[in-house]
Amino acid sequence: MPTVSMTVNGKTVSADVEPRTLLVQYLREHLGLTGTHVGCDTSQCGACVVHMNGESLKSCTILAAQAEGADVTTIEGLANGDELHPMQEAFRENHGLQCGFCTPGMVMSALDLVQKNPDPSEREVREWLEGNLCRCTGYHNIVKSILAGAEALRG
Amino acid sequence: MYQFNYQKAGSQDDAVSAAGSAEDPKFLAGGMTLIPTLKQRLAQPSDLIDLSGIDGLAGVEDNGDSITIGAMTRHVDVANNDTVKSKIPALAHLASHIGDPQVRNRGTIGGSLANNDPAADYPAAVLGLNATVITNKREIAADDFFDGMFTTALEEDELITAVKFPVPDKAGYTKFPNPASRYALVGVMVAQTGGETRVAVTGAGQDGVFRASDIESALSGNWSADAAKGVKMSDADLNSDIHASAEYRAHLISVMASRAVEAAG
Amino acid sequence: MSDTGIGASVKRVEDLRFLTGNGNYTDDINRPGQSHAWLLRSPHAHAKINAIDTSKAEAAEGVLAVLTGADMAADGVGGLPCGWQIHSKDGEPMAEPAHPPLAVDKVRHVGDQVAIVIAETRDAARDAAELIEVDYTVLDAVTDMDTALAGKTLVHDDVPNNRCFDWEIGDKDAVDEAFAKADKVVSIDLSNNRLIPNAMEPRAAISDFDRTTGRYTLYTTTQNPHVIRLLMGAFVLQIPEHKLRVVAPDVGGGFGSKIFHYAEEAILTWAAAKVNRPIKWTAERTESFMTDAHGRDHETHAELALDGDGKFLGLRVATKANLGAYLSTFGSSVPTYLYATLLAGVYTTPAIYAEVQTVFTNTVPVDAYRGAGRPECTYLLERLVTKAARETGLDPAEIRKRNMIQPDQYPYQTPVALQYDCGDVPASFESALKAADYDGFEKRRADAEKNGKLRGIGISTYVEACGIAPSAVAGALGARAGLYESAQVRVHPTGSVTVYTGTHSHGQGHETTFAQLVSESFGIPADQVEVSHGDTDQVQFGMGTYGSRSLAVGGPAILKACNKVIDKAKKIAAHIMEADVSDIEFADGKFTVAGTDKEMAFGEVSLAAYVPHNYPIEEIEPGLDENAFYDPLNFSFPGGAHICEVEVDPDTGDVEVVNFTAVDDVGRVVNPMIVEGQVHGGLAQGVGQAVLEGCVYDDDGQLLTGSYMDYTMPRADDLPSFSVATQSVMGASNPLEVKGVGEVGAIGSPPAVINAILDALAPLGVEDISMPATSHKVWQAIQASSVRQAAE
Repeated sequence: MPTVSMTVNGKTVSADVEPRTLLVQYLREHLGLTGTHVGCDTSQCGACVVHMNGESLKSCTILAAQAEGADVTTIEGLANGDELHPMQEAFRENHGLQCGFCTPGMVMSALDLVQKNPDPSEREVREWLEGNLCRCTGYHNIVKSILAGAEALRG
Repeated sequence: MYQFNYQKAGSQDDAVSAAGSAEDPKFLAGGMTLIPTLKQRLAQPSDLIDLSGIDGLAGVEDNGDSITIGAMTRHVDVANNDTVKSKIPALAHLASHIGDPQVRNRGTIGGSLANNDPAADYPAAVLGLNATVITNKREIAADDFFDGMFTTALEEDELITAVKFPVPDKAGYTKFPNPASRYALVGVMVAQTGGETRVAVTGAGQDGVFRASDIESALSGNWSADAAKGVKMSDADLNSDIHASAEYRAHLISVMASRAVEAAG
Repeated sequence: MSDTGIGASVKRVEDLRFLTGNGNYTDDINRPGQSHAWLLRSPHAHAKINAIDTSKAEAAEGVLAVLTGADMAADGVGGLPCGWQIHSKDGEPMAEPAHPPLAVDKVRHVGDQVAIVIAETRDAARDAAELIEVDYTVLDAVTDMDTALAGKTLVHDDVPNNRCFDWEIGDKDAVDEAFAKADKVVSIDLSNNRLIPNAMEPRAAISDFDRTTGRYTLYTTTQNPHVIRLLMGAFVLQIPEHKLRVVAPDVGGGFGSKIFHYAEEAILTWAAAKVNRPIKWTAERTESFMTDAHGRDHETHAELALDGDGKFLGLRVATKANLGAYLSTFGSSVPTYLYATLLAGVYTTPAIYAEVQTVFTNTVPVDAYRGAGRPECTYLLERLVTKAARETGLDPAEIRKRNMIQPDQYPYQTPVALQYDCGDVPASFESALKAADYDGFEKRRADAEKNGKLRGIGISTYVEACGIAPSAVAGALGARAGLYESAQVRVHPTGSVTVYTGTHSHGQGHETTFAQLVSESFGIPADQVEVSHGDTDQVQFGMGTYGSRSLAVGGPAILKACNKVIDKAKKIAAHIMEADVSDIEFADGKFTVAGTDKEMAFGEVSLAAYVPHNYPIEEIEPGLDENAFYDPLNFSFPGGAHICEVEVDPDTGDVEVVNFTAVDDVGRVVNPMIVEGQVHGGLAQGVGQAVLEGCVYDDDGQLLTGSYMDYTMPRADDLPSFSVATQSVMGASNPLEVKGVGEVGAIGSPPAVINAILDALAPLGVEDISMPATSHKVWQAIQASSVRQAAE
């Protein structure tokens, strides 16, 4: 089996995997980073969103081999010790999560939005979330959380 | 997914020769359609040949009266490119509405065109703007490139390297998305380039993207939203499924065309 | 009083782990030596199985075992049981056809389980599953209820006409009499569209068998681990409770779909002993679409009799409900007692009669989905009442006001069994009308028209019955279980507390809300309280979470246990402070002796309970750990008013929900932040049902909406920000005075949306539209409208 190496949350990692291994399987099954979830098999739900080389992508729609040498950040890599990232804190403050399953993908997607558009409108947030499904919150508090998180990040 | 071999090509020649020696190869660009297809076990290639390591396939070039977009240029980079935004804003707009942000961060123009999904957006741009598809072997005119759904003029070992878009005088793209998949239920690119009017429709046709000649005629004489909307499209050869009847798609073509004309100004 | 007690918007304790990727969902768990399963499923909706050849699959690399229904039958494994027995009009019990976990002689829906492959990896199991050769004889499939009732094709050979039962409720003669004297009769035919629940976490399970003890463990994505232990242990696998542990760890949403005992749970548990290895199975979303129980799917004809003043005199309802291919765990109760017992709605209709036929078809089983029966009922009533308003010329608000139960009429006995304990829907309704600026609507309609849009407003007023349920009542109606809840409150020596609850949280925030109950009761901060749920080895018993019951039934159980703790602690405090127990007062976390300055903190008393040096040891035992079971006195009855505004693009039929106002009476609110979140989520599912979501089968029984490519899930840009408020009458049937909030959004909202769309389209002469009102359907309705026809 080929060896695939990359940097995940700042650490260099390496594993022998079948070529058909997806990045999300690499993260969950080989690195034990189970914060990244799989909610569908058609690349639509966004529960698996992580960052690769600074941008969001769906880790269920890329082979681990394609991420060879890349710099990957998952939900586990956001908080600084016990201190939540401002976007995580905004979700907590605004009740932006219920069952928590879509949450890691939502947070990772939101961070890509605010790095590209630091002061998004409510409409822009809603449109940005096209690739992230949530069944619990009706999105109301997710949108509120992202707007609050963006504000906190603007400082 | 079934088992396959994964190879990362370092050059166009590498990619072509790897494909030549594999039993049933597939080129892998952004993978936004290919990977889901493999996950569903709907395809069983022997080899995936990753094109992402090939230099010079991504980027936008300004040629004055045309722009050339490298095949591996991602949707997000087309959407945000200043040249595209100033010279063909309709194309930047189209790219900014393909899939979702994560798809746009990975998906490429070359991959989308080679796949020729009947509900993809780029085929409407290529056909509507009368672009030229440039491959490692030749240049293919838009009118000759698309060959029915999921089928193109590309040969087995032929790679798209770039797409050249003439700068239009006016162009607009509007899509009515499928509510579930958000692919185009109907997407219409209208363009006027050097006196020629073209209207290309994606999402609606049984054979994939096509030119709506009735609307082209109407707009040639009278470039206006009303002229487009006034055309009653035939529903023959249009798709009919649980999301939209052929009749509804026919109607939407005229409505989307009229809105695209409005957007084009 | 603690500032983390009842009424405080305490931030959720569960969020920290979910936000940092430290949740513990079933698929996140791995057992040593774990193997992986793939289930071979039927590609046919209806077929006879002639033979299954597993030899090639068994020989494939990495395969441990390939097992079929014949293997299960040989081991004497039972069928999946139904938890609620209904009797037909003629007194006959419902048909209960066999439901083997792995199909034996026939497959009855696309996705039915045919074989399980267990291998070293999931891919290896899936690869091998493709090598299984099944010899099928494909049979005609029935997917629609009328064809099924004609009985030409039988889903189960022993169920004539595919009819499970033909049930009735109410007084038929009284209704006939009411219609005979009516000035006006309004009738309606409508469908309640079949929905696919789509909790974001797909179902998953891990089974484990300890050969040395003969003990099984099942980790599973369920809303009610004890119920699964009972059903699977007693009815399917014959494993006694002490040899079976069921764990429901973090569960990523349920909405009803994770109540039921699913075949995979039994198959995996049984197979773990066969292969002597832990086995993991996680559904792909495609499997979820074709195996998670679906919701709704009713066809109804109803008639409303009115007098000349628009007062309702009688209601007659005939419903057909699709059960799918098999009876799911609670499939029979949903279209009966959870549906027709609410047909009075919020109105004083004096005579009501309903009959319900349930039908087997070659589709996925249908069972409870958020609201379960009550959305179907509310949709019927609120469409019918709105139609009555149009036909009588009354404003939709006015006709409702003329018929609404008034606050002084409670307790209100309806003609369909339920007695509403308390409520004030007229007050919620007035608040909603004001919040939605109902009176200012015509100006907004005119403004929209200038922009080429058709704007409409729609109302829904509703009541629902939740907090399921008083056991004796449920039992009398056919439930095969009690519906109480249990709790254990364990005070540790230093005064911190662990609460064990038989309910289960899969997004509802129980770890926070229940801690607030204890915080309130003991006067200690909520962060001194840990809530534990989901493990049958830890929690004494429980009936789980569904039917908005956790706070209304599980909450009082916790309160009872807390009160037992306080009673015992008072005795300890009285002994130590040398006072009579009747003089001990407990408030703000302190035990005091009335009329003195003597006091002991909660933690001092708990320590004394575990270090009983100075202790009334002859009178009471050491320790401070109490349990309680609570059986509710009645259902609880949330209610309220939902008002929706839409704009329709007449060129495309596109519907935009532009405003949504909800004023709900949910009784006492423990955590306002969580309550609002629950309403938002329910509204999104209701709006989804109304305009986006609908399950479609073709005539051959193939599921056409089998993925997110074709089944429209509500996305962020499909929905508005919601305006929600609570206006509560304190609940009368439980000591916490709570009512339940989990389902109100999904129950009240769909008719508000459809009524708004019909209001928008009324100028065009459109009188009816079915859910989901997609742009395609709205456009077709406009094309077919009378006004358009007249113009052409």
